[in-house]
Amino acid sequence: MKQSVIEFERPIAELESKLEELTELARRDKVDFSSEISNIKRKVKKMRRDIFLNLAPLQRAQLARHPMRPHTLDYIDHMTTDFLEMRGDRLFGNDKSIVGGFCNLESRTVMIIGQQKGRDTKENLARNFGMANPEGYRKAQRLMKLAEKFNRPIITLIDTKGAFPGKGAEERGQAEAIARSLLEMSRLTVPVVCVVIGEGGSGGALAIGVGNRVLMMEYSVYSVISPEGCAAILWKSADKAPEAAKALRMTAPDLLEFGIVDEVVKEPLGGAHKDFKAAASILRRALRRNLDELARMSPQELVRQRRKKFRKMGSFV
Amino acid sequence: MSWFSKVKKPLEAITSRDKIPEGIWKKCDECKAIIYGQELDNNFQVCPKCGHHHRLSARERIRLLIDEGTFQEKDGELAPNDPLKFRDSKKYKDRIAESKKKTGLNESAISGSGLMCNRPVEIAVLDFDFIGGTLGSVAGEKITRTIERSIRSRHPAIIVSSSGGARMQEGIFSLMQMAKTSSALGELDELKIPFISLLAHPVTGGVSASFAMLGDVIIAEPKALIGFAGPRVIEETIREQLPEGFQRSEFMMDHGFVDMVVPRLELKETMAKLLDHMCGAIACLLPLESKEDSTDSAKSGA
Repeated sequence: MKQSVIEFERPIAELESKLEELTELARRDKVDFSSEISNIKRKVKKMRRDIFLNLAPLQRAQLARHPMRPHTLDYIDHMTTDFLEMRGDRLFGNDKSIVGGFCNLESRTVMIIGQQKGRDTKENLARNFGMANPEGYRKAQRLMKLAEKFNRPIITLIDTKGAFPGKGAEERGQAEAIARSLLEMSRLTVPVVCVVIGEGGSGGALAIGVGNRVLMMEYSVYSVISPEGCAAILWKSADKAPEAAKALRMTAPDLLEFGIVDEVVKEPLGGAHKDFKAAASILRRALRRNLDELARMSPQELVRQRRKKFRKMGSFV
Repeated sequence: MSWFSKVKKPLEAITSRDKIPEGIWKKCDECKAIIYGQELDNNFQVCPKCGHHHRLSARERIRLLIDEGTFQEKDGELAPNDPLKFRDSKKYKDRIAESKKKTGLNESAISGSGLMCNRPVEIAVLDFDFIGGTLGSVAGEKITRTIERSIRSRHPAIIVSSSGGARMQEGIFSLMQMAKTSSALGELDELKIPFISLLAHPVTGGVSASFAMLGDVIIAEPKALIGFAGPRVIEETIREQLPEGFQRSEFMMDHGFVDMVVPRLELKETMAKLLDHMCGAIACLLPLESKEDSTDSAKSGA
């Protein structure tokens, strides 16, 4: 699979291709390059660590939307078994930019729901780039209530630029769909764990983000507006996206510091896209731990804890 | 061949005279009629000539909806913090200071308790002139506390929205106000206490996508822009022009997201009647028409 590369990943990618060439050469000509090879390997590792230790906020946002990054269905694939996708909002249609259904996660039946982006143009068109229409949010609400009915915990995976700003979306009540989702999620009587796996874009992300626990993958971002959008409005220039990304404090460590998220889930070195399996297994363990803890709470306690958690959010004097 | 070789141009408006001295005379945004400022104020910024609804400040909105002398402001001391130390072309702190000076308000929301045609209500009002009526932590907190007062007092909640949405300068804290307010409304809903959401031009973004769209009854003023995404963003996305009237109150009513479009001067009466329908008629001591002299009777009725 050809990997697309972000600007700051390029030196690593170049070194890696050199390494590949050398390995190939050694194999073909049966020459011993082992010391050079291990030398370059060490260099790659060091370079990757250095680069990833000093990522600028906009670079983290770029990583969060890396096309090769694992998406909802990848996590479902690697973390769960027996996933059965359920479709449609029973009102209008089936929005493919949100997927959901029951599955088994570590010997527990859970309802898993998440925004689904595509990897290439064709897939992205089918998935509307992971930007849901109202029927997507209404499907999510339906599935959450279904889970509640059968007393199953809910996991949501957040990965969207935002709710789709289209004509049909407005005609069918995008605002209402999001608002209703916030209200309904806040009073679910089953455990809800939300994970920002990539882009947490504004109201369209929060619409499936009202959980007892909110987790963020290490290189995900969560913000009220995209850095590009913010730069265009407040700086009147999209070129100021790096400044906006910094000012918005949208990275996982920022949000942990603010107490908006409960936990940052480590990613493999170089980002989740370097190793889906490892990323999924780290997340699976984090989910199990959180679900175990929440399983001890009564339905009333779950609602109370969730409401209290969001009640406290805000900063004023 | 035309009859006259010299074509007479129609008279053009003299542009220099278009500038009206500040304050005394105002020009209607819609029909361009010149209106005596005092007259517009007395008419709650509704053009007496064409009925166009101009922006109404939060204080004036309370004067419109709440019986004279009965409004008690709550949480007026809450002031914005700057949790991100946000700075774009301007410091967020300076933006707040400017808005305070311009509006005489502490924040984009005013909240309190009062009587609406003798019925006790809890009310919160957003003021568009304060950073676009945006939903920061303070507005979110005031609205949530308004809902919580409703829960304690069992009095209906009324929220008047006029807002561009979330407040970017407060980043994620602003976004979370959507969840905070909506969650409180869930509790209100379970207790069967009425919530009327009134939408005044414009209501978009994070405000429409939370409490504003969650009313038991949703009322809009005529021709208010109501939607999630702003029209410019939609046009950029779909690369076509939106039809006339798209996302306006009447459009939203036709699409099933607004119960009724009510002119400003009829709002109070309509809302009071609605409250009666929802709570069972609370004995109303005053005939609805005589709200001007409501102060004395309101006190005896409270």
